[in-house]
Amino acid sequence: MRPGGVFDVKYTEDIAIIRTKAHWALLLSGLCLLAVLPLMASSHYLVVFNHIGITIIAVQGLSLLTGFTGQISIGQSAMMAVGAYTTGILAKRYGIPFWTAIPLSGLSAGCVGLIFGLPSLRVKGFYLAMATLAAQFIIPWMINNVRVDITGGVFSLVVPPPELMGYRLDSQFKMYYLIIPLAALMTFFVKNIVRSGIGRAFIAIRDNDLAAEVMGVNLFYYKLLSFFLCSFFAGVAGALWAYWMRAINAENFTLIESVFFLGMIITGGMGSVTGAIFGVIYLKFLDELARVLPMLIGNLFPAISVGAEAALQPLLFGLGILVFVLLEPRGIAHRWEMFKSYYRLWPFSD
Amino acid sequence: MPDFQLFCQFFINGLMIGGIYALIAAGIVVIFKATKIINFAVGDMLMIGGFITFQLIKIGMPPLLAIIVASVGGALIGMAIERIAIRPLIGQPILSAIIITFAVSFIIKGTTLLFWGAHTKNLPEFLPGRVFRLAGVVWSHELLWTFSVTMLLFLVFALFYKFSKTGLDMRATAEDHQLAQTRGIRVKNIFSIAWAFAGVIAVITGVFLGLKLSLNLTLADAGLKAFAAVIFGGLDSLLGALIGGLVVGLLENLIGGVINPSLKEITPYLILLIVLVFRPEGLFGQKRIERI
Repeated sequence: MRPGGVFDVKYTEDIAIIRTKAHWALLLSGLCLLAVLPLMASSHYLVVFNHIGITIIAVQGLSLLTGFTGQISIGQSAMMAVGAYTTGILAKRYGIPFWTAIPLSGLSAGCVGLIFGLPSLRVKGFYLAMATLAAQFIIPWMINNVRVDITGGVFSLVVPPPELMGYRLDSQFKMYYLIIPLAALMTFFVKNIVRSGIGRAFIAIRDNDLAAEVMGVNLFYYKLLSFFLCSFFAGVAGALWAYWMRAINAENFTLIESVFFLGMIITGGMGSVTGAIFGVIYLKFLDELARVLPMLIGNLFPAISVGAEAALQPLLFGLGILVFVLLEPRGIAHRWEMFKSYYRLWPFSD
Repeated sequence: MPDFQLFCQFFINGLMIGGIYALIAAGIVVIFKATKIINFAVGDMLMIGGFITFQLIKIGMPPLLAIIVASVGGALIGMAIERIAIRPLIGQPILSAIIITFAVSFIIKGTTLLFWGAHTKNLPEFLPGRVFRLAGVVWSHELLWTFSVTMLLFLVFALFYKFSKTGLDMRATAEDHQLAQTRGIRVKNIFSIAWAFAGVIAVITGVFLGLKLSLNLTLADAGLKAFAAVIFGGLDSLLGALIGGLVVGLLENLIGGVINPSLKEITPYLILLIVLVFRPEGLFGQKRIERI
């Protein structure tokens, strides 16, 4: 809904993402806040922010595939592994700079994603989920068992820090300024992809694939494109992960991570770019809660053992998703839209 | 021929372990037939079933009684999951159903960690008999017990579905929910019963799997491998679950034993992928004409 008194007089205004001066002010102040955030954050929260940034990229990709095209994938973190190892090998063995390695990782993950997207032409729904589940197990296995000489196998692959004109990004603080701008850029890409003809084709496939085909949407092409884009994003996220962690292991990219990503899309709101970000932040917040809560409980009631930390994380995550799917299936994004229309109409809301 | 004997050994072991997969697969199929929902929490249900049995034996119950009590508990857990998490989802898209069973799986994992901690537990040996050697092959009494109980349970299920009133109702519900409802079948009750069945099956598989391996969180991974069996045999066929489970167990052990031990881990998933590409409905599944 448009704020009161705002009318489009030109076509460019009609398709603009940012419509009013207030929008611009909010956007710029938001970006400024992101830019100064690491100056205020403690070292622990710096790590959390970086992780959130990387996760947002992966989840935006999955949101393109699952939220917009309606194809379920539980193999996103395996695609991240492909990207991470591509970067690791390129950077370590060939000394390729990060601004080449990151897009190349995206491409390699995208190509692997195409292979596992092929079953989507014959099966859908649960069966497709199963095919991507297979990917989730086969890819880490290949990393650990095939060509161990270049991947390092079960031993972690150590990645050199990214370097820009002799300046080494070797701390959490410096990595923040690589991760967050990339996350913002990728989010901007997704926002524009879903507004374009490609995005409309994706949505058409999600809503009714038969009707989409009759309308002239090439299912073969667009489903594979969706898989490619999804995996491309995962590859970029994986590349950043490799530079961020600087030691990568197939064990970092498990089924649980993939399910986390799906959970983030569901809780954030399917088919919403903002929703994906909300979902990531919400579930990461639950993670933090699971870390802090046992300490608090331990302080208040010393009788309860502090070892509950490991148990709380899956419990909170499960409950956090359960509550959202049952009570607000349209996710946080829906609440956010309701809130926006409320304040725009205020004082005439209700 | 020692090689042939080795082959026989892997064959026998594979077949017996396949029995466990078949039983887990049966739990998935029973739920899918009735509710059209795929239960990703099946591995966690069997894990907590094993833990409950462990706890009951620990407080001094005789093993058989412990398994029976735990089965009742498993049935209650199954019904609770259905009532709280699954029933509100009727009419929602399939992704919601998938993610909610994952959420249930996380909750069960968390609960297990909360009560039993992350340390591995071992069920006491209570099965009569011992390992023996026959025709050059080592036969484990545990696996033999597992296999025979699996076969027995499948027989009971077949008879139940074929002859009992509830079994007929369940088959009718699997055929068509609305039609079943117009014939006076309480479809919601059938949902509950199906989940209760799955709970019972989960406890029994949990005990056997816990005896063979030991009780910890990784026990739940067996549930995912059983999906290969389910897809192989067809999602809505109990016979398919049996044969799929046996085939997956056999191939896993033969490939792991004869070709490459490290391949064992991903054999079920390779089978899964191949079946999905060439025959998505499985061997015995109902072929649906579905628009893609």
